[in-house]
Order: sequence, then C-alpha cells, then structure tokens
Amino acid sequence: MQKVVFSVIVFTLALLALLRILYTPPLPNLKEMKLRQEYAIKPKPAVDHSLFPELQKDFKTPQEVTEACIGCHNQRHKEIIASSHWNWERISYIEGRGIASIGKSNVINNFCIGATSNEQACAKCHIGFGMGSDQFSFEAARNVDCMVCHDNSEEYIKGASMAGYPDRSVNLTKVAQNVGRPQSMNCGSCHFYSGGGNNVKHGDLEDALLSATREIDVHMAVNGINMTCVDCHSAENHQIKGKLYSVSSGNENRLTCDHCHTNTPHMDRMLNLHTARVACQTCHIPTYAKVNPTKMEWRWSEAGKLIDGQPYHIVDTITGAETYMSIKGSFVWKTNVEPEYFWFNGQASHYILGDKVDSIPVQVNRLMGSASDPQSKIFPVKVHRGDQIYDPKTKMLIQPKLWAAIKGDSAYWQDFDWNLAAEAGMKRVGLPYSGEYEFVETEMYWPVNHMVAPKDMALSCEECHTRHNSRLASITDFYMPGRDTNAGIDLIGKLLIIAAITGVILHTLGRIAASVKNREIETEVINTHQ
Amino acid sequence: MARVYIYRKFERFWHWTQAILIFYLALTGFEIHGSYSFLGYEQAVKSHRVAAWMLLILIAFSIFWHFTTGEWRQYIPTFSKLKAQIRYYTVGIFKGENHPTRKSPKSKLNPLQALTYLGFKLVMAPMLIITGLIYMFYRTIDANNMVIISDIPLETIASIHTLGAYLIIMFAIVHVYMTTTGETPTSNIRAMITGYEDLETDDDSSKATDTK
Repeated sequence: MQKVVFSVIVFTLALLALLRILYTPPLPNLKEMKLRQEYAIKPKPAVDHSLFPELQKDFKTPQEVTEACIGCHNQRHKEIIASSHWNWERISYIEGRGIASIGKSNVINNFCIGATSNEQACAKCHIGFGMGSDQFSFEAARNVDCMVCHDNSEEYIKGASMAGYPDRSVNLTKVAQNVGRPQSMNCGSCHFYSGGGNNVKHGDLEDALLSATREIDVHMAVNGINMTCVDCHSAENHQIKGKLYSVSSGNENRLTCDHCHTNTPHMDRMLNLHTARVACQTCHIPTYAKVNPTKMEWRWSEAGKLIDGQPYHIVDTITGAETYMSIKGSFVWKTNVEPEYFWFNGQASHYILGDKVDSIPVQVNRLMGSASDPQSKIFPVKVHRGDQIYDPKTKMLIQPKLWAAIKGDSAYWQDFDWNLAAEAGMKRVGLPYSGEYEFVETEMYWPVNHMVAPKDMALSCEECHTRHNSRLASITDFYMPGRDTNAGIDLIGKLLIIAAITGVILHTLGRIAASVKNREIETEVINTHQ
Repeated sequence: MARVYIYRKFERFWHWTQAILIFYLALTGFEIHGSYSFLGYEQAVKSHRVAAWMLLILIAFSIFWHFTTGEWRQYIPTFSKLKAQIRYYTVGIFKGENHPTRKSPKSKLNPLQALTYLGFKLVMAPMLIITGLIYMFYRTIDANNMVIISDIPLETIASIHTLGAYLIIMFAIVHVYMTTTGETPTSNIRAMITGYEDLETDDDSSKATDTK
C-alpha cells in the first residue's frame, strides 16, 4: 500500500514538473508594443501657414496658389514632376516585355476602361490643372496641384469634368492658409472614389475608413491607433512608398507590412515561418468591403438600353448601389467579400493599348508568381470580372471615347453609338479600328492590402489547412498539409487497415468456431466413457 | 505452471507510455492529414510535435535500456521455429494445439514476434522518425532567409510519413488482437501490466510429454 501511495506521489510530481517545463507563459509582444507607442504620438505641424504674409491675399486661380507654394518650397515641384502621380506613367522593366513606360496613360482598366480621350473627366484625379486633352504640358510647374494632397481644411474639392481644376465653390485662400501633412481624406478623395463612386475599384479603400472601428481596420480605427495613409505610405521627397498593381509592374518601392512589423511579427515560431511564403494580408484580411459594397462585375455589353430614347439607371434599394446604368452597363456589387488567392512576386504585366489579345478572358493586368519562385508569396486578391468592347479583326481591346460635354462628339455617354465611340477613341490613341466590335470577357487583379482585421479575427489554421473548402483550394502547385493527400498512399493505407481488421475478425470467428467444435468433441469423448 | 516475473518495471513503463504516445500521435496526425477535425488544426499540430519529442526521448531511454540490459538480443530473429509458429496461428490454434514455442524471461518473444518487432524497430519506427524530423524542420526559406530543407518535395516526406502511420495502425490492430492468443485471452495483457505471467516451466513440459 505504502509503495502504491509513494509511486502515485512520485508520478504526480514528475507530471507536474513536466507540465511546468513544457508550459510557456504568454509573453508580451514587445515589437508590437513599441510600434503602438511610436504611432500613438501624432506629428504636429512645424509651422502655421495661415500666418505667412505670402498667403494673405485673395487667390483668383489655383495656379496662383501653386506659385505661392513654389515661392518658398522652391524645389518641391521638381519632385512632383518626376512622380507617377503627375506623369501617369513610369518606366520599368517588365518580364516578357522588356523596358516599357506604363501607367494610366496607356493601360486599360476593367471599369471606365481608359483615360485617353476622356481626360476632361478622368483628370479629376490628376494632381494637376488643365489636363483636358493630350496637349497638356507635363513641364509646367504652375499646373502642379499642391492643394489636393495638402489641404487640411477639407475645403478643397476638384470639379466634375473640369480637367483637374478645383470646383468653383472652393475658397482658395482658406485652402492655401491651411495646408499641411496629407490627411486620409486627401488620399481618399481619389483613391476611395475612383471608378465613379465610393469603394468601386479597390474594395479595401473607402470612406468608411475615415471613421472605422478596429474590426474594420486596426490601423485607421478611430478607437484604435488612428493612423493616416501617409503614416505607412511615407513620401520622402514626394516619392510615395507603395505600389498599386492596376498601373504598376515592378517589384521596387513596395510598401509591405514587414517594414514596420518585421518578418517575424508573431510570438509563435510556426506562424513566423509562414511569412516566407504567405503575405501577412492573406491571414489578416479575411474579408474586404466590410462596410460598403464594392463592384465585382461590370458588363459593358449591356450598356445602351434606353427608355423612350433616354438613358436610365437602376438602384439596389437595400445598398443604394447602382446595378444598371445605360451609359455603363450592368454591375454586381458585393459586401464582406472573401478574397481570391494567388502567388505574387511583386511583378505584374499589363494589357497595353495595341497589344493583341492572346487568351480569353483577357487579363488587363496579370500578377506574376508561382510556388517554385522563392520571391512569390500567396496574396489575397480582388478579382474584378466583366466584359469590354473588343475588335475581333485586329484582336485588340478598344479604347472608346466615352466622355464629351455635348451630343454629336462621338462620345458613347452622349450618343450611345459604340461604333463612333470606338472609332474616335482608337483614332486618338493612334491604333487601327476595323469597324467591327464585339464584347470580350475581361479580368482585373487588385491585391488586397487594407482593412486589416484585429488579430483574433485573422484566419484560423483550418480555414486553409482543410480537405474541403480550403481558402487556398485554387492554388494547386504545392503540397499543403491538411488540404492535400497522396491518393495512392491513402488507398494503400486504407486497404492495409481493412485487411488487418478483416483478418482479425475472421481469425476470431475461426477460434470461436473451433472452440465450440472442440468442446463438442470433448463432450462426445466424455459421453463414450459413460 | 509457475508465476514468473517476465516484464520489468522500465519495460512496462516504456511499453505503455509508448502505446499512449503512439495512439495520441495517430489521433493528432490523422487530423493534420485532414482525415477529420477533432482538436482543431493548430492544437493538433502543436501537440503532435510535443508528443513526438516525448516519444523521441522515451525511445532514447529505451535504446539505452535495451543495450545495457542486453534485452536487445530478444529481437535477434530466429528462423528455426518460424514455420511452426506461422502454422500454429493459421492452423494449430483452431485445433486446440499448444504453442510451438515456450515463453520465458530469456525468450519473451516467439520467432514471428521477434521478426515483427524487429521490423517495427528497424523499418516502421525509423521511417516515421526520419520523415517526421524532416517534416518538422522542413522549410523552403525560413524567416532569416536560410534554406534548410527544400530539395525534397514536402509531398514525398508527408506521403512516407503517412504510409508509416498506416503501417503502425495496422500493426497496432494485429498486435492488440494477438495478445488474446495467450493461455487465456487476457493473460498476456495482464502480464504487461503486472509484470507476472503464468508460464510453462521445464517441469510442465516434461509432465505434458509424460502424459502422451
């Protein structure tokens, strides 16, 4: 008895010692705490522009404001003039194409297609004044729009179809006296509303971020660390960090989470090992378009329906989003969208005006990468699908002329004639048009980077590591534990187990039968003795 | 018949701890394989690793024990009575014949057992341990850009590891069943728990021959 009690005590102590050794208390994530402290202190402006005598005047034109800016900041305009926000294109080396200059001026998007021939309207998001046509001078410093990024008074707004000029209601003096570090709304005035409305294009950038909770975006949350765009997208010498792959193609000047968070941000080694091949966004942005819907599909082929010769539009009464517009076609909007996932190495190729279509659906931009490329990581992506006007003879996507101030100027949005719009648009970009058009399926890829969820809402392991409905079910070029199996091994294994169980059952039955029989024999033997 | 102390303390501790660990590894392992969902993937992975390290430590001790006590000799295969043993399990057992080999502390395993356990120790266990360790340390590129193991495809490693797991489950099924073929269905298990088993001694066998 004593021995039993003793051994139980020893065993219990040993077990407790083992548990103590194996238990690691949750350590504080010092890296994260340091970042929180760093970004809790908000930058204060070094100067008050409203006190400068140079700005105490009644500005009549926005160019006068720019001249006043350059009066002190006498080199900054050169940085702007070198930037892609100004040039709408940049030179890069593109895999499979070579050196090319690409940007908004020559690529196609899956929304309003392209800016060329529609500059008057599209230049609302150009950081300049007067880019109404291809006659714009990219050297004229006085046309640089400082205010659209630096206005801190929320007074400044660009006019609709005014070639980038501010709305006539804007009090330029008030704006000029209230310039400073860009606020989220400055960036958002273009990046939230691109494509013709809030959250149309990105899905992860929208005006709900201006008053977000932590559940929507941990970084920008007003009840959280309340960061602004430029806290991450820093802009040393106006070179803004970060790439938007609708227009960018190179793997340089990218902004990734590890710039702040390092590539070992977790307190768990296993999770840290994932960062080599899985982008942070993949787990930490389980859904995008968390508040307002984003456009997932846009079918130009359905544009042009008129009621009594007049264009019309249909609005979804629940979300308030337009599902049909005569000038644009039909749309599908979605909220709380699960991204699709792709390998991505930071390089993208684009359909450039004049390229021959080589596959359908046409990918107007294509993210490069694969499992075998060590630079590639798995990224969440918004894939926007639709159809666009296309010339079956020349096999080119068509840049149509969409916008004009008045009817009779070949613009589709006025005249609803695809033929005229195609002819005018292609003439402007200097490409042939056969006179025939049809609509072709198109896709556009938008890596999702914003709307990072709080860590307890990040993807759990089994959302990817599972046989059925894995988030990564579509990426099949690598073996993932929990999702993938070797069918042959599984079959052999199952057969082995079935064979073992069958053998055991048969053997048991045999032994039972034999013992019954043997007992009978014994009984008989006994009987004969009697 | 005599009550013989056949399994020593460490041997029993080793046997049952190994049994529990293997059962737990199979349970969590097949969850990681995607066969079912039980603990949750994260917990399954974490505890599979802990159990794996515990098993490795246990195996290290057992190897030490086997060599210091000379018990490793139990696994030297003998082919002399192998045929008889196979005949016993396939035919003799149904006829009520006696075991063709005699169990003793010096020779605990019958020839078929010795061969099977040797296979377990030299094929199944290394297959699982080696692939398991490679799996555990498998990286394409780790966070510090150090390539550790990337030339062997993960699928190959995982497949061999899984095959080993299937083999061990098959072994376990047959092994548990075979324990019922002793003197009574529970006498073998009882011996592995208490250490003592009623075994035929030389006297018994001479008596048995006498009666014939």
